[in-house]
Amino acid sequence: MNEYKPVAGSVSPNRKRRKIIGTSVYFVFLISTLVGIVSLGVLIFDVLDKGIPWLNWQFLTDYPSRKPEEAGLYSALIGTIWLMFMTALLTVPIGVGAAIYLEEYAPRNFFTKVIEINVSNLAGVPSIVYGLLGMSLFVYYLGSSEQFLGRTLLAGALTLALLVLPIVIMASREAIRAVPDSYRQGAYAMGADKWQVIKGVVLPSALPGILTGTILAMSRAIGEAAPVIAISALVYMTFIPAHPMERFTVLPIQIYNWVARPQEEFRGLAAAGIIVLLAILLTMNAIAVVLRNKYQTRSEE
Amino acid sequence: MGNSTVFNVRGLNVYYGDFLAVKDVDMDIKKESVTALIGPSGCGKSTYLRCLNRMNDLIIGASVKGQVSFENRNIYDSNVDATEVRSRIGMVFQKPNPFPKSIYRNIAFGLKVNGFTGDMDEAVERSLKQAALWDEVKDRLNDSAFALSGGQQQRLCIARALAIQPEVILMDEPASALDPIATLAIEDLVRELKVNYTIVIVTHNMQQAARVSDETAFFMVDKDRSGYLVEHDDTQKIFTNPTNQRTEEYITGRFS
Repeated sequence: MNEYKPVAGSVSPNRKRRKIIGTSVYFVFLISTLVGIVSLGVLIFDVLDKGIPWLNWQFLTDYPSRKPEEAGLYSALIGTIWLMFMTALLTVPIGVGAAIYLEEYAPRNFFTKVIEINVSNLAGVPSIVYGLLGMSLFVYYLGSSEQFLGRTLLAGALTLALLVLPIVIMASREAIRAVPDSYRQGAYAMGADKWQVIKGVVLPSALPGILTGTILAMSRAIGEAAPVIAISALVYMTFIPAHPMERFTVLPIQIYNWVARPQEEFRGLAAAGIIVLLAILLTMNAIAVVLRNKYQTRSEE
Repeated sequence: MGNSTVFNVRGLNVYYGDFLAVKDVDMDIKKESVTALIGPSGCGKSTYLRCLNRMNDLIIGASVKGQVSFENRNIYDSNVDATEVRSRIGMVFQKPNPFPKSIYRNIAFGLKVNGFTGDMDEAVERSLKQAALWDEVKDRLNDSAFALSGGQQQRLCIARALAIQPEVILMDEPASALDPIATLAIEDLVRELKVNYTIVIVTHNMQQAARVSDETAFFMVDKDRSGYLVEHDDTQKIFTNPTNQRTEEYITGRFS
């Protein structure tokens, strides 16, 4: 048996100093967290304080007006809903299709790596860039004949679809990748071909993840003002679009317009508009969270 | 026994990229009997099993050389459709892998995929009865398959494989993730099923091989880590009087 002798040298735990450092670090991190929460709280309080007096049924159902007491955001609200559904309609099939191709069909090589990296890069491109692309491509180039596209809802939806497509592709890819390979193996072993495996097993399992990603992407889309301003949606609209080839306005533009007015009353209207927009965004995010939790617990059974 | 052979494997080599995983296997597998594949980990028995219904096609980089004749037709011929092969040669995996669907739809899936047009309820009931699961699940066919225990899930996977009426069922260590009681239920099932089906079962459990199989094939791994077939004979003979010394050492547990 070996005998181990203590190594020469002394120990000075210095517990007092360590305790001081430990406590101060705790406060530094706490304050860092509070900066975010407090500023959000102040923002919400300020918006609620200014906006609530203006928030009533009439505000939701009136068209914009030069007189603040008669002004509402009906056309912007309807425009936002139109735009959201059209964007979703365009984005979901293309985004999910691309995700299926990249995850299930594409060979793993240099080329697909390049595509992969670029999709993530596109998700980080500033929205105004998409707005300018949409303006030159959909409004000027494809819209030059006036009968086709131009500054229409469809042009706006196409532009926003480009903006959120990378997000939907990435979310869908993640959802598809999370489907255990044992499901695919099981389906193949029963004589299913590739598309039957994808349709029957992979997509149903990935659906909650795809839905969640899509909802979050849509809430990003409807909060964007820059690209829609570039498409030059109307700021003063006294009718609602009846079909995708009509002009439109959306909530962020209406809010921006009110904020820019000199009269104090319009600030209140802008705050009320922000409340409506936030309410829509929070509702959508809540739906996404509920969906995710519901399916997570189910697959853990 | 006088059974005719269902598989004739000749000169089978399986590569993963450049790595030779299974080397020069010749084997005949008898119809309506149970053949057990035994051997140490990494000896290629699972890889070999997956060659018999072309599941290795799905592994990127895997390639199969040689001949696997099933009912006198090489399943690796260019004009053979892998989905047809797999619908005639079913498979049960090591870990139960039911789909995240109801019990009913787990079984209906394979039938739908293969264009079944008959009475679906009847087909589902028949498969579940065949897999000795019907009495346990008949009142909750629409519950999620995940609500079943591990052993029940594995029997569901067997029922799922039986539903499309294959001729052969390949089982890749079907009981290794199960407790002893669930394991015995699977073994009973294997013995019942061999009346109508050919079963090839990979197992790490020597007693299991001795209990359920008619023939046993012993695989080993050589110095290049390639798996090869050492000996294939009646189970009785393999376990009592093997020809090869290494087989005897493995069977008796005296293994390096």
